[in-house]
Amino acid sequence: MSGFITSSIGKKILMALSGFFLMFFLLQHLIINFMSVISADLFNETSEFMGTNPLVQYLMQPILFFGIIYHLVMGMRLDLQNRKARTSKYVMNKPGENSSWMSRNMIITGITILLFIALHMVDFFFPTIKAHYITHEHLDSFQMVAAKFTNPVYFGIYTLAFIALALHLLHGFQSSFQSVGFNNKKYTPTLKKLGNAYAILIPFGYFVVAAFHYINSL
Amino acid sequence: MDLTLKIWRQKGPEDKGGMVTYPISNISGHMSFLEMIDVLNEELINKGDEPVAFDHDCREGICGMCSMYINGEAHGPDRGVTTCQLHMRMFKDGDTIHIEPFRSDSFPVIKDLVVDRSSFERIQQAGGFISVNTSGNTQDANSIPIGKEDADNAMDAATCIGCGACVATCKNSSAMLFVGAKVAQYSLLPQGQVEAKDRVLNMVKQMDLEGFGNCTNTGACEVECPKGISLKNIAIMNTEYLKASI
Ligand code: HEM
Ligand code: SF4
Ligand code: FES
Repeated sequence: MSGFITSSIGKKILMALSGFFLMFFLLQHLIINFMSVISADLFNETSEFMGTNPLVQYLMQPILFFGIIYHLVMGMRLDLQNRKARTSKYVMNKPGENSSWMSRNMIITGITILLFIALHMVDFFFPTIKAHYITHEHLDSFQMVAAKFTNPVYFGIYTLAFIALALHLLHGFQSSFQSVGFNNKKYTPTLKKLGNAYAILIPFGYFVVAAFHYINSL
Repeated sequence: MDLTLKIWRQKGPEDKGGMVTYPISNISGHMSFLEMIDVLNEELINKGDEPVAFDHDCREGICGMCSMYINGEAHGPDRGVTTCQLHMRMFKDGDTIHIEPFRSDSFPVIKDLVVDRSSFERIQQAGGFISVNTSGNTQDANSIPIGKEDADNAMDAATCIGCGACVATCKNSSAMLFVGAKVAQYSLLPQGQVEAKDRVLNMVKQMDLEGFGNCTNTGACEVECPKGISLKNIAIMNTEYLKASI
């Protein structure tokens, strides 16, 4: 097993598994975000539940952190390793003839998402942790979200991050199935379409929620 | 047609190397790319210059030696062909053609366009075979029935000629299409089952030792492969590897 984790294929498979996990997380997170569009009370109740439920706090949240950290550390390490595999570059190269921009720039879209995650933690995650575990004061999650999105620059940064996420997933979704060995004449074409739908609809959903709060503030 | 060639010249493994420009004229569209280089080399030799070193053997797309990166693509702009099968009619009069060796740190340049692909041989030796007793009473291979689809897929995988275009093309310099084909070719057949586990573990281990990069599923290899080896072979290898590891 130790050989598996350090081998090229083992790393690929774990990268894909962490990707699957993150894609599942994105869906769950979006469902909660949508509650803030439906009703402030519903959103606050759910946020309270997520912030205090021990299963979420002590089991799911650590798994999520591990998944994100594994994915981004491995993503960067693999990228560095891959760069080292060809130190003398082509004078003339036409990668656009045989592969998509998204597939070649996972590290760029990935780092953009990483920067966004950092900002997002500072904005929402740390204040929530502080309120729950340090100051023990009541937190109006809806107000916290609504207040952030009054700023058009903020709305712009979030929108850019959602675009990067869509680009990352346009390649990542179908890529992760290939990595775990699923490639089937009958189902792979459908899976690729499903992946494109996921990659566009999920970030678009996040955008709609952000736009809702921004427009509400006008 | 008249063309301008920009060719990578490198005296030896230690030399830095660089692009050198050669004008060439009276090239027929019926010539193969290698025949065009032959014409150039003849001119260079007549002038007393050093000819361009390049690998070739069969000149009919089966040996996989003719490793050239032409105008930014392995084996040039055509699909499903090796450099020796590339016709000059793919180019237009007045074109400038860039010619470079296949680049990967695991394929070091020996001279000009000649690269050392013995890393592929070492991967093959690590497990790309089946062991058969050849004492004289060997079982006839055809006496074991094999499903049509498996036989076809194994045959498709076996058409890989080990040219290295997949590595040359891949932005990560990954050898997974080649190794995938070599693993899948046997794993699809009953004859390959006995050594299945050791094969995939040892070949992948050797591939990693040779310093090839990691696959990120860009799919560039499949597009540039002269034999149309499918990405499915990488998926088969990944499954075999997972099965062998647990
Ligand atoms: C919630 C956020 C993210 C999601 C949902 C996500 C999802 C995915 C998925 C599904 C893959 C495909 C895995 C595969 O090909 O086997 C992938 C690959 C990749 N991700 Fe992410 N990712 C996220 C964040 C990040 C971050 C923060 C980075 C930071 C650097 C990153 C870097 C990469 C890289 C470099 C790859 C390509 C690696 C490879 O294919 O081997 N990702 N991602
Ligand atoms: S997989 Fe295709 S490109 Fe790679 S070595 Fe085999 S024939 Fe050449
Ligand atoms: S010379 Fe044999 S494949 Fe081109």
